[in-house]
Amino acid sequence: MNKIEVGAEFAPKSFLINRKLLVEYANASGDQNPIHQDEAFAKSVGLPDVIAHGMLTMALAGKYLSDISGSQSVLEFSAKFIKPVVVPADTDVALVISGKVTEANNGIAKIELLAMCNEVKVLGMAKGVIKI
Amino acid sequence: MLNPDLVGRTFTSADSIAVTKEAVQKFAEVIGETNFEIAPPTFAISITLEQSQSLLQDSGLNWTRVVHGDQKFEIKRPIVAGDVFYCASTIESARNVAGNEIVTVRSDLNSATELVVSTWSTLVVRA
Repeated sequence: MNKIEVGAEFAPKSFLINRKLLVEYANASGDQNPIHQDEAFAKSVGLPDVIAHGMLTMALAGKYLSDISGSQSVLEFSAKFIKPVVVPADTDVALVISGKVTEANNGIAKIELLAMCNEVKVLGMAKGVIKI
Repeated sequence: MLNPDLVGRTFTSADSIAVTKEAVQKFAEVIGETNFEIAPPTFAISITLEQSQSLLQDSGLNWTRVVHGDQKFEIKRPIVAGDVFYCASTIESARNVAGNEIVTVRSDLNSATELVVSTWSTLVVRA
């Protein structure tokens, strides 16, 4: 783990997203929207295929943020959902999260996160504030 | 189209919501978190989703055309198993941009004594 000081960058971590994980997230979060599980339904509303819950992508980025804080002490966390994470059947899609420190003082740090999927940025303005 | 008269009004759940150890663990396991002592940072959405969704549907929003635009959490302290919350949801804003309706709903999770987590969800209803 890097020292948390302005400019410090954290190693990217890859999270694998597949259809099974989408079902597990739906059950854990209560978000049973069929666009995240049912391919025929997703296509019927104009999507290329089943897409991951934006909140699953954000939850995984949140796990990355928790790991940086070392204590799961996340004070603020925000993100925009700019591109869907498309999850074809029988495929593990890699979501790669990385982060860097943009501010650090008085025991609080701001972390800017980058979330990439197939070299496309899927979260915009992803930022967390953590206790250090 | 959302009823504009409802912007700014707050709806508080009649029933309290108890956070169980199982719910925290189930959510944590999906994201590979092994610490179940406190809930992951985005766990609050599993509590607020149902109420904010029914509030917006009851307000006339067409849920089948909704896309999640952005999300924010302010966490005063981590949620833990055993917490009991009342959820207060407010439609903070509703505006129309190029035919798309953009709605921001805030949901606060309050314990008996304190505000624990605030969440903001911005939803885009595609034209």
